[in-house]
Amino acid sequence: MIDYEKLMNPTVCALKPSGIRKFFDIANTMDNVISLGVGEPDFPTPWQIRNTGIRSLERGRTRYTANRGLAQLREEIAAYLQRKYGLAYDAATQLLVTVGGSEAIDAAIRVLVQPGDEVIIPQPSYVCYEPITQLAGGVPVIFETTAQEDFKVTPERLRALITPRTKALILPYPCNPTGAVMERADLEALAEVLKDTDIMVISDEIYSELTFGGLRHCSAASIPALYDRTVTINGFSKAFSMTGWRLGYACGPAPIMTQMTKVHQFAIMCAPTASQYAAIEALKNCDEDVRKMVEEYDMRRRLIVQGFNELGLTCREPKGAFYAFPCIRSTGMDSETFCEKLLRSQRVALVPGSAFGQGGDGFVRASYCYSTEHILEALRRTKLFLQQEGLL
Amino acid sequence: MDKKILKLLAKDSRTTAAQIATMLGRTEEEVRAEIAEMEAAGIIRGYKALIDWEKLDSAAVTAMIELKVTPKAGFGFEEVAERVAKYPEVEAVYLMSGVYDLSVMVRGKTFQEVAMFVAKELSTLDSVTQTATHFVLRRYKEMDVELIDRNTDDRGNILL
Repeated sequence: MIDYEKLMNPTVCALKPSGIRKFFDIANTMDNVISLGVGEPDFPTPWQIRNTGIRSLERGRTRYTANRGLAQLREEIAAYLQRKYGLAYDAATQLLVTVGGSEAIDAAIRVLVQPGDEVIIPQPSYVCYEPITQLAGGVPVIFETTAQEDFKVTPERLRALITPRTKALILPYPCNPTGAVMERADLEALAEVLKDTDIMVISDEIYSELTFGGLRHCSAASIPALYDRTVTINGFSKAFSMTGWRLGYACGPAPIMTQMTKVHQFAIMCAPTASQYAAIEALKNCDEDVRKMVEEYDMRRRLIVQGFNELGLTCREPKGAFYAFPCIRSTGMDSETFCEKLLRSQRVALVPGSAFGQGGDGFVRASYCYSTEHILEALRRTKLFLQQEGLL
Repeated sequence: MDKKILKLLAKDSRTTAAQIATMLGRTEEEVRAEIAEMEAAGIIRGYKALIDWEKLDSAAVTAMIELKVTPKAGFGFEEVAERVAKYPEVEAVYLMSGVYDLSVMVRGKTFQEVAMFVAKELSTLDSVTQTATHFVLRRYKEMDVELIDRNTDDRGNILL
């Protein structure tokens, strides 16, 4: 008999499965659950984008595209990045269209990280950076962001984590799950720390369109001192509500993009063709759709933040992405216990902050990709729960 | 005047002034005052529930009636429309461009009742020269809301 455990790659087997799987397995067996768990937009993809995808199929555009992606799409992406964030990338040599931002993150880490290299990963953050680093033989070095520092990466503590083996710094801003953003001055302070090093920045800016309160996203590579050391990652999922189309991209120094294209070519070939045609329409004609979605998110954001604060669950104002990240320490529970009790007693599903790194304990993530009615019902039930527990 | 307040109320008229204030970053008093002002100015004409009557046995019958009107001295479109609007059976009256003049939504308990209302009341009005009755068979969407039962949140459990 084959002992599969023995023959499989131990690095893969040792990867921690998502900590909240069992939690949502419970939720799935229950009726009438109000979830604020999902991390994807509730809006359908704007109609003209869908229609463009459909038309591309009708016209029989069903073959592979160039490995790097359709030339027209790459040009539109370059123009968009210039227009929105002041980034100058050459569509022919500095840009790669990928299967979601996820593939771009994977390719960037695989190209940069050699066994033993250290990658500084701020947490709480999206869960993929650590396992991808480990798969590449790298060593994740966790930068614990804190509520006191608005969940930002700060220069002094960054400097303290840098060693001769530091290969890359991940910058996941605007941040899932904290809603934190890094502003220009914050990035300039990091540029100062990275000066005279060969440390690369992998800047995952998938939520770049979703910033609030008059704040505009500042792209890491728009800091002149960071441009040459940054791989910018972005995509269509969050901005244009295109999660299922699986389309993202990476931009950066040409030599790095050449190698990332090789990884992409051998693993993926090319991103889905219909999605690429649809994405051209998204970039050309959908600013107004994005603006409307952002406006709607902003209203929900204010509502949910106010709601948690009224319940005594201190919630800082998230400046980006579409999550509130209230602190639940006042309840005396850890975040997993809080979420499980809340689910069992009032059938509200939130995600424990600890799912995003140890530093996330004491917080819960509440997505506001839901109607205001849905959000208000979740808040109402959470209030009942806190009252039951004698906490309100 | 804040159109955003109107948009929120149009979507859900039960949204409270406090909730609207939070969502728009304004004070509750301001929002309350503006709503009162818009009510007084006749911009906000009412707050009603959107009911799918077809779910009940007592479902009503609705018809859209086309009226052709020949305006007469002292009794133009305006007067006819206002006269028609007075009937409690009439849900809505619109002045139309095109081959007919007034579009009238009429509600009754049965097809018969609606037909009789048209025959006895609308077609006998002075200046109404012709009517055509179109019964509504099924409603799919009303006031921006789809009247279709299905679980609309098909997002998978991709949670992170």
